[in-house]
Amino acid sequence: MSVADIHIGEEVHHDEHHEQSFIQKYIFSTDHKMIAKQYLISGIFWALIGGGLSIIFRLQLGFPDMSLEWLRPILGKWITSAGKLDSEFYLALVTMHGTIMVFFVLTAGLSGTFSNFLIPLQIGARDMASGFMNMLSYWLFFISSTIMFVSLFLETGPAGGGWTVYPPLSALPQAISGSGLGMTLWLVAMVFFIASTLLGGINYITTVINLRTEGMSFSRLPLTVWAFFITAVIGLLSFPVLVAAALLLVFDRSFGTSFYLSEIYIGGEALPNMGGSPILYQHLFWFLGHPEVYIVLLPALGITSEIIATNSRKPIFGYTAMIMSMLAIAFLSFIVWAHHMFVTGMNPFLGSIFMFLTLIIAVPSAVKAFNYITTLWKGNIHFTPAMLFSIGLVSFFISGGLTGIFLGNSALDINLHDTYFVVAHFHLVMGSASFFGMLAGVYHWFPKMFGRMMDEKLGYIHFWFSFVGIYLVFFPLHYVGIAGFPRRYYSWTNFDAFNSFTDLNAFVSIAAILTFSAQFVFLFNFFYSIFKGRKAPQNPWGSTTLEWTTPRIPGHGNWEGDIPKVYRWAYDYSKPGAKDDFIPQTVPYSHTPESNLPFENELAKTEDVSPVAQDAK
Amino acid sequence: MLNLIIVLAVILIVAILIAIFKVTTLVGIAKGDAKKPEPSNNKLNATLLALFLVAGLFGFFYYSFGGLDEDFVQPIASEHGLITERLFWITMGITGFVFVITQIFLFGFSYKYQYKKDGKATFYAHNNKLEVIWTAVPAVVLAVLIVSGWKAWVGITSPAPEGAEVVEVMGYQYAWAVRYPGDDKKLGDSDYKKIDVTNQMGIDFSDKASFDDFIPLELHIPKGKPVLLKIRARDVIHSVYMPHFRMQMNAVPGMPTHFWFTPTKSTADMRAETGNPDFNYELVCNKICGKGHFAMRYVVVVDEPADYEKWYSEQTPWLKQNEDYLSQVPAELKEMAKIAAGIEAEEAEIVNIDNALVSTN
Ligand code: HEM
Ligand SMILES: [Cu+2]
Ligand SMILES: [Cu+2]
Repeated sequence: MSVADIHIGEEVHHDEHHEQSFIQKYIFSTDHKMIAKQYLISGIFWALIGGGLSIIFRLQLGFPDMSLEWLRPILGKWITSAGKLDSEFYLALVTMHGTIMVFFVLTAGLSGTFSNFLIPLQIGARDMASGFMNMLSYWLFFISSTIMFVSLFLETGPAGGGWTVYPPLSALPQAISGSGLGMTLWLVAMVFFIASTLLGGINYITTVINLRTEGMSFSRLPLTVWAFFITAVIGLLSFPVLVAAALLLVFDRSFGTSFYLSEIYIGGEALPNMGGSPILYQHLFWFLGHPEVYIVLLPALGITSEIIATNSRKPIFGYTAMIMSMLAIAFLSFIVWAHHMFVTGMNPFLGSIFMFLTLIIAVPSAVKAFNYITTLWKGNIHFTPAMLFSIGLVSFFISGGLTGIFLGNSALDINLHDTYFVVAHFHLVMGSASFFGMLAGVYHWFPKMFGRMMDEKLGYIHFWFSFVGIYLVFFPLHYVGIAGFPRRYYSWTNFDAFNSFTDLNAFVSIAAILTFSAQFVFLFNFFYSIFKGRKAPQNPWGSTTLEWTTPRIPGHGNWEGDIPKVYRWAYDYSKPGAKDDFIPQTVPYSHTPESNLPFENELAKTEDVSPVAQDAK
Repeated sequence: MLNLIIVLAVILIVAILIAIFKVTTLVGIAKGDAKKPEPSNNKLNATLLALFLVAGLFGFFYYSFGGLDEDFVQPIASEHGLITERLFWITMGITGFVFVITQIFLFGFSYKYQYKKDGKATFYAHNNKLEVIWTAVPAVVLAVLIVSGWKAWVGITSPAPEGAEVVEVMGYQYAWAVRYPGDDKKLGDSDYKKIDVTNQMGIDFSDKASFDDFIPLELHIPKGKPVLLKIRARDVIHSVYMPHFRMQMNAVPGMPTHFWFTPTKSTADMRAETGNPDFNYELVCNKICGKGHFAMRYVVVVDEPADYEKWYSEQTPWLKQNEDYLSQVPAELKEMAKIAAGIEAEEAEIVNIDNALVSTN
């Protein structure tokens, strides 16, 4: 741990000797807490854009006859002379919505915020292993964001081939205008994005491995840190494959190669490309794409584990099982990708294998759900907004996870693939669950981020509108999906088979608008509370983890004196015999003979309770 | 329409009002360290969670069992569709059960174990037996689903039976084209380089099997006989999706795919069953393919076998409709092409008629 020694020494030194300039402190900051906030604010910005786009296309789907003339000031020529949304721009909206939500909000906004904020605070480190790389990571993300944002305003529109950007559609500007400059910017933005994610991920991994404070063994890590750690590993292994996929796509688009293109006749001419395979792209994409789902979800599950345990005033049920199932999910997530491709015409034998592997992954997921529920059992539950959002997450995770059992079954997927059933499925299990995890995290750690409390009543309003709203939006979509309504459709009225459910679609759109509006309650609460919220106590939720031992607003270096030592796991809530209903991780066993379990009494004998952590000597 | 906009506006305004109302209360809150002895509004939230459970389950059952104005299950019209449908509802039964139980526990526990002033949570960190059980039970249930799904999948994707009706379906921006093998029951080759404005499917006339191929405007298939669709695309990926037959297969440029199934109900049967005299089977595109993706509709007609044969024999080979393309036929095959496409015969007939006319004069 010599790296840690040097690093900590430096930081302390640094802190004592000079005040930082505004730019150092708020913009090119290397402090993990500030970087976390930068990610959070960026994520919120993107969530508004991404959500706003979905409202626009939901208007089209819910009210196909409505005049959207009033959107002309924003959308310009994308509103046709008849006052309708342009059908090509509709696809661009869907594509941008998906890209923004998956990558910019729930990967960068979620992992970026909470991995950065919580890893050092919860493992007892002064900062990330490399503050500079961390800063670089954020600014690469910022560049990526800027490029993606600019692409929204192009003459030819942003990328429009769906967030999965399958070639040949995404490779040929003749096929859709979004595949011109819009797609180029999409690819460039994604390359920056991936670079950012990798830098972040390397940092998270090294930090967790090297900078844990004394006593913080892996078996004492809070589940949040476990989740962030595993997420970072998954990202590190899967994102490079997306770079490869994107690079080959760039070659096909710009340099006349034929990795993904073969035997194409378009725009009145036969292209020279021969021998490529569009399916190759799909394999490469989903090799990232499926793990990506867990990159989005695992941090949310980690956050929830922490919040549910704290607010049930109980240890998380099955700590080891939780870790094991996360590891199992992480491993399996790499070998299920082709369940997105059952009807691409790939070898049916492969389909069988991937069905088998996919359904196995349901087991560790089920274990996690059961463990959450059992954690509530015989608890003494405090319904803070964070807790409500966590319970909501578990509910979504179950509802959306169960429909995965249909989609993972290749025989059933024949009829469900690319229908609204899929839209309902992934919005619940990945979109809404992760989104709720993010919100839960914000409510829970706001006091540590900004030293103030968010308003609880507004939090409740926000929760109830969002929770009920999301179910009202996405539950009905299952019915529509079972009826076979295809996704990425501008309108269904052309078809006899899909001529129904107009009321239901209108209803869904209204619910979506309501849900979206409720987010403004949050926005207000968030920004208002940053400046005017009640001052937070040091440990408002009675938590055991290390971040709550820092000052109300932790400065650069997090702890004023030495880094605390850790003596126990993170879940000693309501321990029989203990005075309080929680025992912080910093309390040695030898100080709590009244509540120790037999094996802990043994540990107590060998404990070194000198106040200074070895690392920080 | 206007009403809806008004409703939306009202909802928005209410949300904003609530927010503003809260501002005032917020501003009123004194700043300072607030050490709260107990959580606020706990009972209210617990009750709401319980209410949500009840209302949610009610809604779930009500709408799943007939509460919707329209039926959300498309009538099934293929043999394998019956198998997958059964599997679908078995899966629905199992997952539905788990769904209801787990949500009841989730919200039920939340309600039951809400904060009580003198309450104390039970320190209950793990129970290996319980954990083994709930790992094993899902594993077994999933194994059953896997096996039945796998069997169905193997059946569906097995090679098409001998003698299946072969039809080629090609997707392009933004329509479908279908080609039948004609009398020789053999599809001729095609080559994307041969595609032009007229020869949309790029039929290759150097292959003699192509002379009698025909390209109709609707997809006709016979009831009760296996049908093998040979699927391809010419520009971007499309997907052949026919919800009533529970069939879907991507159409990929440069990589032909296929799917076979057996229709069980003719269009007329279906019109009777649904009570809709205008009912038509439809082929729709189900892979994003550009601006007109949502408009790639193609009518599918399932005929009684006899009607199908009749229809089939009445179709005119494409080559006959476009005699110019005879020029693409290699010289040594020209005669054969004329015969196969029925061109010669007709010309001969005309000559005969002329002769007859001449002779009667
Ligand atoms: C305001 C809440 C939201 C609404 C109303 C909404 C609605 C929709 C709708 C209607 C589609 C179009 C489906 C289609 O035509 O294929 C869609 C696509 C999508 N949404 Fe959302 N969504 C919301 C939030 C989210 C969130 C939080 C995520 C995060 C994962 C997300 C991820 C996606 C993705 C990945 C797609 C697919 C895009 C594509 O087809 O390329 N959405 N959404
Ligand atoms: Cu997947
Ligand atoms: Cu399409």
